[in-house]
Amino acid sequence: MKTGLRRTSLYIPGNNPSMLQNASVYGADCIILDLEDAITVTEKDSARILVRNALRSIRYGTTEVTVRVNALSTHFGQEDFMEIIPMKPDAVRLPKCEAPEDVVQADQLITEIERKNGIEIGSVKIIPMIESALGGINLLDIVRSSRRITGVNYGAEDYTADIGAVRTKEGRELDDIRAKIVVAARIAGVHALDSVFADVNDSDGLFDEAYAARRLGFDGKSVIHPRQIPVVHRAFTPSQKEISFARRVVHAIEEAKQKKSGVIALNGKMIDAPVVTKARKIIALAEAAGYRDEGVLS
Amino acid sequence: MTNKVGQAGTLESCDALVIATIPSEGEGIEIQLDSPSLVSFEKEMRDAITGVLQELNVMCGVLKVQDRGALDCTLRARVETAVRRALAALPEGSERP
Repeated sequence: MKTGLRRTSLYIPGNNPSMLQNASVYGADCIILDLEDAITVTEKDSARILVRNALRSIRYGTTEVTVRVNALSTHFGQEDFMEIIPMKPDAVRLPKCEAPEDVVQADQLITEIERKNGIEIGSVKIIPMIESALGGINLLDIVRSSRRITGVNYGAEDYTADIGAVRTKEGRELDDIRAKIVVAARIAGVHALDSVFADVNDSDGLFDEAYAARRLGFDGKSVIHPRQIPVVHRAFTPSQKEISFARRVVHAIEEAKQKKSGVIALNGKMIDAPVVTKARKIIALAEAAGYRDEGVLS
Repeated sequence: MTNKVGQAGTLESCDALVIATIPSEGEGIEIQLDSPSLVSFEKEMRDAITGVLQELNVMCGVLKVQDRGALDCTLRARVETAVRRALAALPEGSERP
C-alpha cells in the first residue's frame, strides 16, 4: 500500500538500469521514471522499452511510481502511452501542459488503453506539469480538467525561460507560479508539488527552499539526487509543537465523537474542519518521519 | 543477401550491450553471449533472449550480447531495442536517399 505522501519525488533517468532497479531503496515517497528531458532523442525508444519492462518486473513496494512521459504533441508521447499505461504505473507526469485540452486528450487516451487492457478505468492518475506562461495562466482550468489529477507540479527551468525571467538561487522569480500552484491545488483538492533544487552540493540551500515551500503550502518537492531526500524530508517534517497540537486536536475530535457532541473545542477555542484537516496531515507527516503515536502530549 | 544491424544498451554495470545483425534471408539464430553470470544463468539468459526474438518473429540473425550483470527485464529490453532498431535500419552499406 502506498503512503499517500509526496514529500519527495525522485527523478530516475529512464535509460539507467542500475538506478531503475534501485529506485525504491533511496527512501523517496515517489519516484519519477523519466522518459522526457533526461533522455536524448536517439534513446527515447530504448528508455521506453526499459521502463516498460522495469514496471512489469520490479517491485517498488510502498513507493509511488510515476512516469514522466513525453508530451502528446511530440511523436514520442503517443508511443510512451501505448507502452507504459498497460503496466499500470500509479500516475503519469504530463509535461508542458498549457491548456485543459492537453490533460483531456491524455485522459481519453489512458481510458482507451485501460479499457483495451482490462484495467479498471481511472487507475492511472495524472500529474500535470506547468512549464510555460500559458500553462500558468490556465492553471486552475488545467487542474480541474480531469478526475485523474492527484497533484500538480511545475518545471522551474522551462517556466522561467518561457516568461523571460532570470533564474536565480533565491528563486524570487518563481514566487508568482508557486503561489498559483498552491492555490489551484487547494481549490482542486490535489497535491501541490514544488520543482527541483538544482545544486546537489548545497544541502542548506535545499533545506531553506524546501522549508519555504512547505510554509507556502506545498506538499512536497521533486529531487534529482538521492542525497537530497533526507534533507527535504526534514524540511517537510512538522515541529514537535505542531505535532503536539495536532495530536490534541485529533484527540479532542475523537472525544467529541464518543460523547456525541457536535461542538468541538480545545483550550476553550472552537475547532473547525480546516484545523482538523491540517492536524491529520501533520500527524501523517510526523508518522512518515518516524514519530509514533505517543498519545496526547501536553 | 544484406544485413541490417541494430545496437542497444551500454557496458555499464547492471546493463548489457546488444548488437543484433538480421540478414534479409537465412535460417537459425546465433547468440554470442558474454556474461559474468554465465556459469549460473546461461540457460535463463539464452531463454530470455530467444523469447524476445520469438515475440518479435525474428527467425534468423546473430545476437552479440555483452552482459554486465543486467536483470532479466533489462536484458530483454536491450535485446528488443537492438532488434527493433535492426529491423528499422537500412541494409548495411546502403545510403539514405
